[in-house]
Amino acid sequence: MAQPVTLNLLEVKDLRVYFHSEEGTVKAVDGVSFDLKQGETLGIVGESGSGKTVANLSLMRLIPEPPGEIVSGSVVLRGRDVLKLSRSELRDLRGKRMAMIFQDPMTALNPFMRVSKQLMEVTQTHLGHTKAQARAHAVRMLEHVGIPDATDRVDSYPHEFSGGMRQRVMIAMALSCQPELLIADEPTTALDVTIQAQILELIKRLKAETGASVILITHDLGVVAGMTDQVIVMYAGKIFERAPTAELFENPGNPYTRGLLRSVPDPTDEQGQLYQIPGQPPDLARLPPGCPFAPRCERAQEICSREFPPFVQLTTEHYSLCHFANEVYAESKTVS
Amino acid sequence: MNDPEPTLISINDLKVHFPVDARRLFRRSRQVVKAVDGLSLDIRQGETMGLVGESGCGKTTLGRAILRLTEPTSGEIIFRGRDLAHLSNSEMRLQRRHLQVIFQDPYASLNPRMTVSQIIGEPLETFRLATGNAKKQRVQELMEMVGLNPRFLKRYPHEFSGGQRQRIGIARALAVDPEFIVADEPISALDVSIQAQIMNLLDRLRREKNLTYLFISHDLRAVRHVSDRLAVMYLGKIVELGESRAIYANPLMPYTKALISAVPVPDPKIESTRRRIMLEGDVPSPINPPRGCRFHTRCPFAIQACREVEPQLVEIKPNHFAACIRISPEEPDIEQVAPGFAPGLRSHAAADLA
Repeated sequence: MAQPVTLNLLEVKDLRVYFHSEEGTVKAVDGVSFDLKQGETLGIVGESGSGKTVANLSLMRLIPEPPGEIVSGSVVLRGRDVLKLSRSELRDLRGKRMAMIFQDPMTALNPFMRVSKQLMEVTQTHLGHTKAQARAHAVRMLEHVGIPDATDRVDSYPHEFSGGMRQRVMIAMALSCQPELLIADEPTTALDVTIQAQILELIKRLKAETGASVILITHDLGVVAGMTDQVIVMYAGKIFERAPTAELFENPGNPYTRGLLRSVPDPTDEQGQLYQIPGQPPDLARLPPGCPFAPRCERAQEICSREFPPFVQLTTEHYSLCHFANEVYAESKTVS
Repeated sequence: MNDPEPTLISINDLKVHFPVDARRLFRRSRQVVKAVDGLSLDIRQGETMGLVGESGCGKTTLGRAILRLTEPTSGEIIFRGRDLAHLSNSEMRLQRRHLQVIFQDPYASLNPRMTVSQIIGEPLETFRLATGNAKKQRVQELMEMVGLNPRFLKRYPHEFSGGQRQRIGIARALAVDPEFIVADEPISALDVSIQAQIMNLLDRLRREKNLTYLFISHDLRAVRHVSDRLAVMYLGKIVELGESRAIYANPLMPYTKALISAVPVPDPKIESTRRRIMLEGDVPSPINPPRGCRFHTRCPFAIQACREVEPQLVEIKPNHFAACIRISPEEPDIEQVAPGFAPGLRSHAAADLA
């Protein structure tokens, strides 16, 4: 152990990513801040358009500019601001120190290239492996992620693997250089539940073995519950709530989080009307004044549609973006 | 107990096979994907029948075959005393008024060049149910019914969000006053907060219009919530069938146990303590399904006999059926059955003799 466990691996401060279009400026990520400790798993939950994917693409500077623009903020990884790095420094960082896996493995894998070659490229570039070393490493990585007969299958093309196996190949590639930070963007959304369980278990195991920190982006609160230490809930480009996982599920301090939790069917509960959040997710180019969730919020008051809510600290590690955060939090505590 | 509702659709020994050409070196062999392979199922009037299984198990093909959107290879689909599987195309077209479908992808299933009014009004014209002002009125009525503002009559699909588009698809299906709707993954493409809205909408419409649903989904949480009974499919066959509450509380088949235990629960306390039954590997190819029990290649409880005997759907508990030779009505809990024993074998042997 070179570093004490409490050290922050990543510090994101006031990140703002805007997209400029004919219809106006879309503030996809608008003032997002969070820390990630070494070895910790952070879940980022949100619906489509909440900014969760854009925020994480920005961490690796993968936002197309234009139309996107990282307007402000800092992303400090081990003391260095990723947003200030040169192109070659960035190249050195991506794949080596931080890596990403996606919902669709084919966005990361080249369909025309053998898996062996794609895996070898990574370590030849970043670790200076010779061809033989890289090949041996590629086989080892495939074995590591649970691909049977790795020696025989390493020369296959991506389409020769099933969906779950392809996901494993991508994970093998992402972890080839033992990155300190793994960003997983909806890694199991396209998979069957049985395969999802396998992949989540794999990510957990690899994380424990390598000590990497993980950012897990998902819309599934169940996945977050089982995998993460901390959770961020995003809505309309803003962090609506941030808390340790157990605390967030037990005592949500934000009406949006509470609504999300209640709208998931509970198998232990008897049937009946399912709780539903009314309305539609907002159009980011035409956000209402005040709280962006106010039009859908069951406890919105007059102030909510007029003034932007404060980011209220509820406990040392629990924050909520709401005019009535303390009240909502107190309600959650009395209910549970 | 009330008597069960009368059967609306009765599926008997339905097979849907797709020929595929497999090219090997110098040799072309004709192979067959057995997407649905000898499946029987009764769907009762007014119920929501849930249908779950992993991708490739044939659940979508079954839904499409009932509506003849995919041609069945053999078997019967009895609806109102007529066998849908053997109707001519023109006869089938008339039946479609009573049988409708809601698709998964609200982006792909609506014609982008048609206005909402045209999309919902089209089936009214096709079946000559309404024209002119009556049609316009009916379209507005349908839009209100599914929670769309009738002011948006002239808008195009791209102007709506995913959830609203799914509402358009539901309004289109309801336009002809159908009795039966196949809902094929109707909420999978939607955001969490919108999924609850659509589930509630479908449930309300069912009660108001006495509809019958086949609700196909890979999301067991959602299926458990909306359906009265549940059918679990694996490689073209039904392996467990019963009331969804009973199946969720006490799954009989190892496959169903694994499926349910794989669903993540939004509660960190439960997640950290519960035991998961992990399935090894993927679903085998439906071109050459495993002999005997099709699940034996992944089943943690498989014994030699499972590789040889093809299990039948047996009523293990009242109204709760499972296809597994390692359990029987006397010994319904597979984890309590002695290692190597197959108490269900006797009833299978008897069935073979009969």
